[in-house]
Order: sequence, then C-alpha cells, then structure tokens
Amino acid sequence: MPPDSLFQRKTLTQAETENITRVEELAYELKVEEVMTPSPVTVSPQTSMSAVLELFRQNRISGAPVLDSGKLVGLVSIEDLLKCLQKADLESATSRYMSTRLLTVKASDPVIEALKLFVSSHYGRMPVLNNSGNLVGILTKGDITSGILHAIEHDYHEEEVRRYRASHLFEDIESDRSSLILRYNIKQGDFTHGGAASSAIKRALLRLGANPQIARRTGIAVYEAEMNLIIHTTNGGIIRVEIEPNQISITISDDGPGIEDVNLAMRPGYSTATETVRELGFGAGMGLVNLQRCVDSMRLESVYGRGTNLRLKIFLSDKESVGEGS
Amino acid sequence: MNLQQVIDALNLKVYTTSRDFSAIEPSCGYASDLLSCVMAGASKHSIWVTLQAHGNIVAVATLLDLTAVIITENALPDESIIEKANEEGVTLLGTAHSSFYVIGKLWELGLRCKPEAEPI
Repeated sequence: MPPDSLFQRKTLTQAETENITRVEELAYELKVEEVMTPSPVTVSPQTSMSAVLELFRQNRISGAPVLDSGKLVGLVSIEDLLKCLQKADLESATSRYMSTRLLTVKASDPVIEALKLFVSSHYGRMPVLNNSGNLVGILTKGDITSGILHAIEHDYHEEEVRRYRASHLFEDIESDRSSLILRYNIKQGDFTHGGAASSAIKRALLRLGANPQIARRTGIAVYEAEMNLIIHTTNGGIIRVEIEPNQISITISDDGPGIEDVNLAMRPGYSTATETVRELGFGAGMGLVNLQRCVDSMRLESVYGRGTNLRLKIFLSDKESVGEGS
Repeated sequence: MNLQQVIDALNLKVYTTSRDFSAIEPSCGYASDLLSCVMAGASKHSIWVTLQAHGNIVAVATLLDLTAVIITENALPDESIIEKANEEGVTLLGTAHSSFYVIGKLWELGLRCKPEAEPI
C-alpha cells in the first residue's frame, strides 16, 4: 500500500456533512487563540539539546518553537530529542535537530482550520502566529480537545446557573407571600412575534424549576391567548403572569372590541377569523377550547365594545411546585 | 427509528442548522395546517407535517417540544423564520411531496405513537 493512501482524507458523504454535532459547531465557532497555549516556552537555535531536554522535563512539555532574534525558524519536539539521544549527541545545538518544515496557524483562524492541518499533516503541534507573523502561542490536538470540552461545559453551565439561581428565588426571599409577576405587551397584528411571550413564559417557568408538563400546559394556554390578542383585538393587549410557589395566575386583557357572544366563542370550531388569517392556519375555532383544557380554572368576561378579560389559573401540587427544582 | 433515518428515507431538505439527528427519536406524528389543532393534538417530541411555512410554526413547535416540522409541497420558510427556529432549537425540514405522501411514508417507516405520547 503506498504510504500516501494512509493519509488520504476521507470524502464525506452528504449525510455525514449534514450530521454536524455541537462539537463540530464549536470547531467552527472557537478561534485558535481561545484554545492555544499562549506565550509558550521557546528556545534559540544555539540552545543545546541537553538544555532542551531539561526544559521539556521541567515544564512538562513535548515541543517548543525555535526563535532566532524573535523570528520563528523551527520547532523542536520530543521526537527530535529521541533521535538526538539515539546518537548520544545531546551537546549539539537545537538547529541540528529541529524541524524547519513548519506548518503554522493564525491566532484568528477558526479551530476547524487547525484541525484540518493536523489531520492532513499528522504534525503533533503547530506554532500560532498573529497577523504580523509574530509567534503568540502553540497549539496541540490536546489543546483543541480541552478547549472544546471547556466550551461545552461552559454552555451547559450557563443554563444550569440560570436555572439554579431562578429555582432558589422563592426560597431565598422571605415574605408571607412571595410572587413573581411577568408582563408582556402584545401588539395587534404582530404575527412576526406571535408566540414570543408564551415561549418566554414557558422558559421562565422551566428556569424556576417548574415541572415540564406544567410549563408546556401554561405555554399552550398563553399561546392561544396571545394569538387572540394579535388576531382579534383593536389595540393589542397585556398578558400578566403571576407565579407563586403553589399556583400560576394569568390575566389577559384588552380594550376591544370584546366578544359578542361568549358562549358561541367557546363552541369548538366557531371562529370569527378573517380569510387572510385562516390562510395562516389560524381560526380553527379551537383556541378557547384548547386554552380551557390546559388550565385548572378559566374565567372569561367580555363586554362587547369595551374589551375582554380572561383569567386563568394553573395549580401546582406540592410535588410539582415552582422553586422546588425538578 | 431516528430522525436521520426519516430525513434519509424521505430525502428531506434540512433548513435549520444540522445536528446529530441520529440521536433524536420522534415519539409520534401529527398532521394539520390549523395551528390550534396542532396545539391540541400533537404530543411531545412528535414530527409535525404541514404546508404552513410562516413564523408561527416555530412558536408552536417550541411550545410543544416537537422533534421536527416537515414543511410539504415546497412551501419555503423565510430566512428570518429559519433564524428564529435555530435560536429556539427547532428543526425545520422540507420536501416537494404532499402531506399525504409524507404521512404515508412515515407510517410505512414504522412511525407510530408510543403509548406515553399522549397530548398534554
């Protein structure tokens, strides 16, 4: 087998290229400078190989860039040291054993560029240069691995911290009755942001440690109400969510036009939505029905010509209560 | 059956950022173009088949924790919708086939609702 074929890069199939994991995403997002070892230990071409050996041992490293008056001229690695040891030639200068066929990467390159070089070259480490061509760091495959692991842990950790902080809110604040009130102003006709408030409420509940099923139910109920404000009101309306350790109370209010016949509005399949709105998939006449199904109590009051007020409650049993974590 | 197998078998376009679809197992399927029906009927981690391609499908999919939305008959979501879907972690897939064809294929592939996949 010709040696080259060992190093041939595998051609990725369509399915494989589409199958990008978070790790691969990070390889594109992270820059070399974020994972490299900055200001590495360097040697000069005149340094003796015995001094290099001592340096590697003391610093627990396996390679170092060779600088001649600040200019990168080579790289000396443990492999070069082994060759030198084999010949019992430790007093020779580094210049005799260092590699001068160098592959370098730029500090501002995405990590994926460095990974490609590592794969195609089989080099163990690469000097990192800034835009003016000065040495700023050294990069090994190990640096990339730990950099990516660190980034994954960070991603994970951020949401964990948010959740942790939020879920202890009710325990940390002492009062006879604590509640958290969230308000959202919904604009009439704002289909672009349709569902934004309900998604935000669902996320808030999850962070507060609510049972995912409760968060989902609340999200669905608020979504229907939110879309009603967008589709049917004159001037939009307000969603107010009050979260307490034992219940979630939601009030949705607007100033018009109001519902002509509340009983009719509650009938499954009844809708006053216009043709344009129906084309978007709304107006199934199921909104209020869905809403009622998701909540523990619902009170709908409307004065035609004045506005509508909808009050919803979702009870949290002790086991599922907000702030207990889950 | 995982989502990658669905994508391969139906030759679906992936509009949103790729991820490890082979690790995602849809629990069930649901088809409707009426959002409130989806809200009422689609269980958690379902695949939703629809020809709606506007922004609200992302909100619906997020609120219901849907596995993916298959948009049929080449209805194209806008860039802004794809962006929003990426932010929310919703997978949008596309095909030129009709909803009827897609549902038939999914059934043929063995997609059934797991007993625990009850709505709400």
